Amino acid sequence: MDFDFQFDWSAAIASIPYLLPGIPWTLLISFGGLAFGFFIGIFFGLLRISPIRWLRWVAVGYIEIFRGTPILVQVLFIFYGLPQLLGSPINALVAGIAAIAVNSGAYISEIVRGGVQSIERGQREASLSLGLSRVQAFRYVIWPQAFRRMIPPLGNQGIISIKDTSLFSVIGVGELVRQGQIYIATTFTALEVYFMVALMYLAITWTLSILLRQLERRGIAGQ
Amino acid sequence: MTDTVSPTTPPIVRMQKLNKHFGSLHVLNDIDLEIVPGEVVVVIGASGSGKSTLIRCINGLEEFQSGTLSVDGNTLKPNGKSSKALQTIRTEVGMVFQQFNLFPHLSVIDNITLAPMKVRGWNREDAVNTAKRLLDRVGIADQADKYPSQLSGGQQQRVALARALAMEPRLMLFDEPTSALDPEMIGEVLDAMRELAKEGMTMVIVTHEMGFAREVADRVIFIHKGVIAEQGTPEQIFSAPQNEQTRSFLARVLKH
Ligand SMILES: Nc1ncnc2c1ncn2[C@@H]1O[C@H](COP(=O)(O)OP(=O)(O)OP(=O)(O)O)[C@@H](O)[C@H]1O
Ligand SMILES: [Mg+2]
Repeated sequence: MDFDFQFDWSAAIASIPYLLPGIPWTLLISFGGLAFGFFIGIFFGLLRISPIRWLRWVAVGYIEIFRGTPILVQVLFIFYGLPQLLGSPINALVAGIAAIAVNSGAYISEIVRGGVQSIERGQREASLSLGLSRVQAFRYVIWPQAFRRMIPPLGNQGIISIKDTSLFSVIGVGELVRQGQIYIATTFTALEVYFMVALMYLAITWTLSILLRQLERRGIAGQ
Repeated sequence: MTDTVSPTTPPIVRMQKLNKHFGSLHVLNDIDLEIVPGEVVVVIGASGSGKSTLIRCINGLEEFQSGTLSVDGNTLKPNGKSSKALQTIRTEVGMVFQQFNLFPHLSVIDNITLAPMKVRGWNREDAVNTAKRLLDRVGIADQADKYPSQLSGGQQQRVALARALAMEPRLMLFDEPTSALDPEMIGEVLDAMRELAKEGMTMVIVTHEMGFAREVADRVIFIHKGVIAEQGTPEQIFSAPQNEQTRSFLARVLKH
């Protein structure tokens, strides 16, 4: 047989205008989801280390369920399953954001727990000995330090969630992969288009990495 | 110090039959202890004898299981069931830790002003002025804007002292304040504590610095296996210990 796979740069470049509209959707789903996921993570992360046992169990249950099931199943469940329960359809964008939120929320819970538990016991004891309440000790002493330590793992999670949104082409949100698939259906230039899609993910994740590294450096400088 | 204290002064710390367990470990056994205002009490004893636990009960960092404890008229109940009194006590009692426990994300000045502003409700200007005065007093006025990691151990511990004093405590607890310090920095911290004692602060100090204990203590308490085995003036304890355990402990530590 005679293969003549040739990478056609003009086809790759021609796809750019069709792919670009996917970027805002990818960003909207990932960062929208991560924003909610952050609060979910703080909530369950703190429950996870609460002194009250059944609250810890609630958190463990949440974390185990959403870490233990694939995000693809989660988004299918939300988009196709939940409407049967609710009796009304769910917007694909909302479903995507929700899936990122509940999924990243489970991982962020563990990041929050790890961050808070990594702060030496003496910090809390010194705060309490000065008369700060437990809430004040957490807010002014424990949390600011824990948050700094959480930045690198949060960045990791951000990158993972951005990549996870590529699965949501299955529910038809016009994110990057979906835009690529639609375009390939008419041009059959899969090699070039997926290459460009990959480049666009790299552009997003690298930008995030660089921003985070700067944030980290500033955090360390402040100590 | 004690020469200003009349015999009728009510004690600032009153512990009666206090018992503390860590699980099956009986760490404090029927402790009776009264400390009067202005008194400087030094607590000595072997590692694991319960010295830290004893002073940590006074500001509620450890709960106890039975007995009574009142600090400046606020009564703490066993098993930590008295959060209101606990809060009051902690604003009245300062503590300096072996590991300094400064807040690494805050500058020296912010370390000191945090509690006065958040707990006492002082405005920033008053808190900063007080902090600067205290830093001056412990000899590090020029370090106000640095972060703890930029200071030597001795400087950090003096910041920790200033931070505790900023709450205007009625009683100061010290848990081996010089044990984590390089030898050449021990003096500067002891000097600051000596100053404080001279000004009449009530102090409870756990330390292995026997020379310092002898010099500043009004009373020395020797703890052995969770029991106050012997107490008295530094003269009595260091020159004529009665208890066999005290003698062997002192023989061990003074040899070095
Ligand atoms: N949080 C804890 N859980 C269990 N046991 C503890 C705890 N803290 C202290 N202990 C135990 O209680 C006993 C007394 O400890 P404590 O820290 O009061 O001794 P110490 O006299 O201060 O000793 P050191 O000179 O080493 O500081 C020790 O046997 C110690 O192992
Ligand atoms: Mg100790």
